[in-house]
Amino acid sequence: MISLRKTTGLVGLTLASALVLTGCAADGGDSDTVVVGSQAYYSNEIIAEIYSQALESAGYTVERQFQIGQRDAYLPELESGAVDVFPEYTGNLLQFYSPDTTATQADEVYAELAGALPEGLSVLAASPATDQDSYNVTAEFAAANGLVSLADLAGLDGLVLGGPLELEERPYGPAGLLETYGVTVGFSGTGDVTVDALLAGEITVANIYSADPRIAEFGLVTLQDPEGLFRASNVVPLVSSDRAEELAAILDPISAALTPKGLVALNLKSTKDQLSAAVIATQWLADNGF
Amino acid sequence: MTLFWEALVWLFSPEQYVGEGSIPQRIGEHMVYTSLAVALAALVALPIGYFIGHTGRGQVWLVGATGAARALPSFGLILLLVLVLGVGQREIAAVIALVLLGIPPLLAGAYSGVHQISRDVVDAARAQGMTEWQILLRVEVPLSLPLLLGGLRAAVLQVVATATLIAYVGLGGLGYEIIQGIPLRRFDQTIGTAIVIALVALALDAALALATRFATPEGVRGGRLKDVRARDTSPGTAPVTH
Repeated sequence: MISLRKTTGLVGLTLASALVLTGCAADGGDSDTVVVGSQAYYSNEIIAEIYSQALESAGYTVERQFQIGQRDAYLPELESGAVDVFPEYTGNLLQFYSPDTTATQADEVYAELAGALPEGLSVLAASPATDQDSYNVTAEFAAANGLVSLADLAGLDGLVLGGPLELEERPYGPAGLLETYGVTVGFSGTGDVTVDALLAGEITVANIYSADPRIAEFGLVTLQDPEGLFRASNVVPLVSSDRAEELAAILDPISAALTPKGLVALNLKSTKDQLSAAVIATQWLADNGF
Repeated sequence: MTLFWEALVWLFSPEQYVGEGSIPQRIGEHMVYTSLAVALAALVALPIGYFIGHTGRGQVWLVGATGAARALPSFGLILLLVLVLGVGQREIAAVIALVLLGIPPLLAGAYSGVHQISRDVVDAARAQGMTEWQILLRVEVPLSLPLLLGGLRAAVLQVVATATLIAYVGLGGLGYEIIQGIPLRRFDQTIGTAIVIALVALALDAALALATRFATPEGVRGGRLKDVRARDTSPGTAPVTH
């Protein structure tokens, strides 16, 4: 199946502006009402639904503003106070507010993020679950070349890295691979068909999000990143600062319970079992004793 | 306004015109897919359009099919076809999606071009002993040209705009710079490329508008039949020789 995460470009911006407009009109600012937003990315929506249902169990009235496109569209809504809670990812969020950051390890990123956020926004405790960029090869290719870590790619000829088009220009893209690990790769902007291109042998290394269920489904090998080429990106609730304390009481235990494997399992229920975010969230909350 | 200015600066900086991923290269990729798709769409649409226009058979089918085809979401179609045909055939998948987009306006142009011809003209041709093929090729096709070329303009415009999407499946074209620019927040690149696409579309449209003028038979310039006899015998045109 094809991830919708990268398809939000043009479509997402248009959709987002429409959704955001309705969002502004609907916000009443009631203290018992919490507005929860989500990206137009199925995995993000599942997490947003978990937050929403947990808040509802705690007695709040939740207004869902899901599938607001990209950060350019939804972060202003959070800054203005029209949206109260949004599932975010520490590394990607830091990248947005502080594009020149060099932090890559999880603790470093979280600490720097707290300082980089604009006034009025806070992050609650981060979850151990991550959804970040990772480089993957097929099991056959890994076995044939004895690949475990990105460093093992050094010296191999004819490597082609595939991923979303912007990867070409990202710090962890071809230039970063060469600088950090001495690995030379060609680049192919395979966009939405990256996993298919890897399986078809058109590319040798694929940039796939670490929580993507297809890594397990197709037995792909995620190459380890000992030098910290990729920025750690843990799931974290981004909230309005004036509501941070009351929300932390409900959302912190949820973040703690959500594990990396747990997140992949949630995503698999969407991509494989075709369950709705609401159903997946209800199951997860029940299974984890909330 | 600053964004627009930055886009122009991006557009006019020399590094956009050399090397891998230069603007000329992207325009080339874009035009290969656009022209191939329009040519194949014409190959499919013209015979069907002329057949329906000439015989009057299948008009209901035509209206339904073109309406349905216009409603197809191109982006979904490209991804679906890539999944069905396999990633190795994604060039073919993209062309098929663009061809399906180009067929309806061409079909409508060919059909309505023939359909709008006065029955008197066709009957007159038949009364002179022309075969059905002669009527089609010597009367109906020339007289339908203005409307057909209008359909071609619509098809080219739609395909050239939609070919932006093929970059989502790694086929390049001008969409590459837009789709890459948005997540990188390089809005000069995004807007600059959007301007290029608009210019390419306008240039193609202008070229086809010009072609329409020249390709139209003299008798039907402006899409209307002239009353040739009236002009020849009118007193105003007769030379005065006192």
